[in-house]
Amino acid sequence: MASTASPYQLGNPLSKVQADAADGQRQHAAWSPYDDNGGTVVAVAGEDYCIVAASTRMSTGFSILTREATMMLQLSDKVVIASAGMQADRKALHKLLQARHVMYVHNHGRPMSLPATAQLLSNTLYYKRFFPFYTFNLCAGLDEQGRGAVYNYDAIGSYERSGYFCQGSGKELIQPVLDNQLKAASPLALPPQNTLTALPLEQALDLVKDAFVSAGERDIYTGDQVEILIITREGVRRDSLQLKLD
Amino acid sequence: MLPRPTSHSKALGPGVAGPELAVATSAVLDRPPQPGAHLPLSGAAPCAVDPSSLNDPRQHTKYPYVTGTSVLAVKYKDGVLLGCDTLGAYGSTKRYKSTQRLYRVNDKCVVAAGGEISDFQHISNLLDELTTDDYRIDDGIQLTPQQVYSYLCRVMYNRRNKMDPLWNSLVVGGVQPDGSQFLGMVGMIGTHYTDSHVTTGFANQLARPLFRERQRDDMSEEEALNLLYDAMRVCYYRDKVSINKFQVAKVTTAGGVSISEPFALDMRWDYKMFSNPTKWAVGAW
Repeated sequence: MASTASPYQLGNPLSKVQADAADGQRQHAAWSPYDDNGGTVVAVAGEDYCIVAASTRMSTGFSILTREATMMLQLSDKVVIASAGMQADRKALHKLLQARHVMYVHNHGRPMSLPATAQLLSNTLYYKRFFPFYTFNLCAGLDEQGRGAVYNYDAIGSYERSGYFCQGSGKELIQPVLDNQLKAASPLALPPQNTLTALPLEQALDLVKDAFVSAGERDIYTGDQVEILIITREGVRRDSLQLKLD
Repeated sequence: MLPRPTSHSKALGPGVAGPELAVATSAVLDRPPQPGAHLPLSGAAPCAVDPSSLNDPRQHTKYPYVTGTSVLAVKYKDGVLLGCDTLGAYGSTKRYKSTQRLYRVNDKCVVAAGGEISDFQHISNLLDELTTDDYRIDDGIQLTPQQVYSYLCRVMYNRRNKMDPLWNSLVVGGVQPDGSQFLGMVGMIGTHYTDSHVTTGFANQLARPLFRERQRDDMSEEEALNLLYDAMRVCYYRDKVSINKFQVAKVTTAGGVSISEPFALDMRWDYKMFSNPTKWAVGAW
């Protein structure tokens, strides 16, 4: 921005400071409170199951910090929250939600339902509207009728229920594959169409695993291992997939 | 031209101005922040700084001044080893060559830091308060490394939330009450993780690959020390702001915490690549 008041004068060291301040320019800080620690999360919902998967690589810049980080929080037998983005914000957010969940169980005598958790997560994110949690979340599991559901969020809490979604560094690689294979109607169609997949669980699981293998090939921040939680009426089952270490 | 304030320093002589910005003039301090035509008077940009704080002579941390470089740490059979050099650098000046960057919290836990040394001293004070409380309560229970790690994660994250960070990369190492080893890292914006080997700063690029190849949770102490020495050697060869004077902290279930006296490692400078680095480079002669 060109300054019309007191331009820099040779020999007067204060003039640059004055010129900047008169311009309304603030000094820029040498550090940022945000950092992207990479990783991808995917969730696919079916008629009576929900699969949530997350990669376990944690990076900063071009370095790998650890190959065994977890990006998911299992709140109950029916609800899982998976977050991609900044690890410190993710841990703080998960801690908060866990605390709220414990309080809820204490007050109501039962775990929080998925739609309730979805709303709570949205409100929690918007609470920090002017210094956001740098997390891109998925809230997934079984709803009150036992059908699978996936809620996807942006960093400040705007959310939508869908049949499948992915977030994180590999999302542009995986989302089109899911769109193609799960043959979802457009979210713009009216009346709103059901986007739950009719695929049986094992096939959906294979699809998720294939998607991660493909993303791992091209996305440097996705790799090492994939942690998978499969939520059904019987409870939550764990699975994992080894990815390349490069 | 602004009237330049003269310094009263005898070293400079009469009528001579000292370093301009070190002498606060009313021209800088009294000027109110200008909104400007292109900026609204009301509403705040995300993460906006309170305008009144612009006139506040107290400031939030912008840059680190006296810094420590890498910290390296590995788990081994009996416990954990943490190693770092003893340099407190002032930019690229090697100013303080005997700083101890390892802090013994209690019998079971050591914290090491890279980054701003004064912030690490503050963190040491905070941990000292916690340990003093433990001593005072006198119930035989001490803070475990996991608890120290959780505490430091919250401290660092909360300072980052106030936009006034403690400019450190911390490593917390020790043995848990059940005998298992613990090793974790906490960064200045609250990023944290635990692993079998942990490093900060330059050692992330230089030492971590060595650890990935050679470290095992059940390695003997001799193997672990040799690995640590090799890694510290590489860090000294390639990090310009480091010195050949190291300290290693060992934490074991049986032996508690022992922090070694500063020592030097044998270095080789007669590698052919060091003596004539461009000899085989393309285009060199």
